[in-house]
Amino acid sequence: MGKNRVELPITLIKLLIHLCCLIPLVYVYWQAFNDELGADPVEAVIHFTGIGALNIFLVSLVISPLAKKLKQGKLLHVRRLVGLYAFTYAVFHLLNFLFFEVQFDMSLFVSEIFERPYITVGMIAFIILTALAITSPNVIKKYIGRRWQTLHNFTYLAGAAMVIHFYWSVKSEIIEPLVYITLLAVLLTFRKDRFKRWFK
Amino acid sequence: MLIKVHSKSTLKENEVTDENTYINRRSLIKKMGFLGAGSLLASATSSSHAGGLDFFSSKEDTVFARKSLAFKKAQPSSEVLTPEKKVISHNNFYEFGTSKSDPINNAQSFKVNPWKLTVSGEVNKPFTLGYDDLFTRYPIEERIYRLRCVEAWSMVVPWLGFSLSNIIKQADPTSKAKYVAFETLDDPEQMPGQRSRRVGGGIDYPYVEGLRMDEAMNPLTLMSVGLYGKTLPPQNGAPIRLVVPWKYGFKSIKSIVGIKLVEKMPPTTWNILAAKEYGFYANVNPAVDHPRWSQASERRITSGGLFARNRIETLPFNGYGEEVAHLYKNMDLRKHF
Repeated sequence: MGKNRVELPITLIKLLIHLCCLIPLVYVYWQAFNDELGADPVEAVIHFTGIGALNIFLVSLVISPLAKKLKQGKLLHVRRLVGLYAFTYAVFHLLNFLFFEVQFDMSLFVSEIFERPYITVGMIAFIILTALAITSPNVIKKYIGRRWQTLHNFTYLAGAAMVIHFYWSVKSEIIEPLVYITLLAVLLTFRKDRFKRWFK
Repeated sequence: MLIKVHSKSTLKENEVTDENTYINRRSLIKKMGFLGAGSLLASATSSSHAGGLDFFSSKEDTVFARKSLAFKKAQPSSEVLTPEKKVISHNNFYEFGTSKSDPINNAQSFKVNPWKLTVSGEVNKPFTLGYDDLFTRYPIEERIYRLRCVEAWSMVVPWLGFSLSNIIKQADPTSKAKYVAFETLDDPEQMPGQRSRRVGGGIDYPYVEGLRMDEAMNPLTLMSVGLYGKTLPPQNGAPIRLVVPWKYGFKSIKSIVGIKLVEKMPPTTWNILAAKEYGFYANVNPAVDHPRWSQASERRITSGGLFARNRIETLPFNGYGEEVAHLYKNMDLRKHF
């Protein structure tokens, strides 16, 4: 390393991540509770948290290629936080569906999960994200050992399930979901060496 | 006209939102959410499904001028009306964009005068209605109808208009007239969704719809020229639209320029796009699910915010079975959905 690298202010970056993820969430719910979020606040919060989860998830996939490119290994310290926020938004997304869309009609909730393919893949993504979130603390990571990485490789499957969920949920306006599919594909190509190793 | 209503769907008067509490939806937060959650990723798209991405679309400042109309008032409804602000800001009108708030934001400078509605096809007396004719040719009455969207939400709207049968009778159909075909204005200059596949959701425009002759002649079938006492705003289909209250909302075609009586079942836009999901009949039917939505229940949009307990059972023919069930007596409605 010839030149002096700038130390990244990791704490500051983390603080910014907290603010960027929390403030919009709180503000959206504040508006929705007060019926100030359009004509149908239910649809609005479902879409906001769903697309929010996907956006944050994709940001988490940018981090390691970016760290490599910038030779800033410390950047990896914020990856877990970003991933946990993607999970948080996904939790709100699912709870919105249960609380406000089907309004605690549990039989409808369960039948929708199994009968609507787009909701089924959405649930698959949610289950994976849940497993990743639960196993994210360092203590658990150490406890699980080598299999931790195997488990966390399911991140990519979760990403695929999320973009398919979006694509299948729209009526005809497929361009936006296609943009997300493309973005995910690009982010996965940064990892092609890893995927190649799996299949050797 | 008074429509009898069952109390299952009745909501309390105090749940109606005061208009003043309703605030412009294109709010700062969407932009914040966009910046916070996705600024790196989403700049290539503008608004559609998710709503949080419409940061780049411009906001119009002009508001379409609506005129008051004289009309015969309906009997008061036992159902809570959807507040006017919601009726005119939550619209599926893909010609102006695919998100619910796109039409109100993109349609305010839409020109409705002059207008030309042509009535033609298998008729002895074809004719054309100009803009003023829409409001003077037939007596205008108020009708409070439930509107059930195929996406499983619903509203209660006080429409103004007249029965479609008035127009059909005036045209004097020939014996070959078996169906009625409708067409929306084709004007890409005014309708951004017709200019761009991205904005318009990939639909082939102009939007077309159709009814069987007996459906078109049913007294419930309304040609609407207004709502809440005034002419229609563009986002609701100004200057004239169809309202078929026992069918899913996409049948109620907006901004109509052509009514043509035809012999064969006419093509209809959503059926062309996805025949397995959207049938020609599209009668509201809780027993037949859409592949993506259960149709057994619906969320009634009135007011009360996120915690409004507004999920209600969906009724066959949207509660208008008494008036229209006989039209489908010997039909398998699972097959003819």
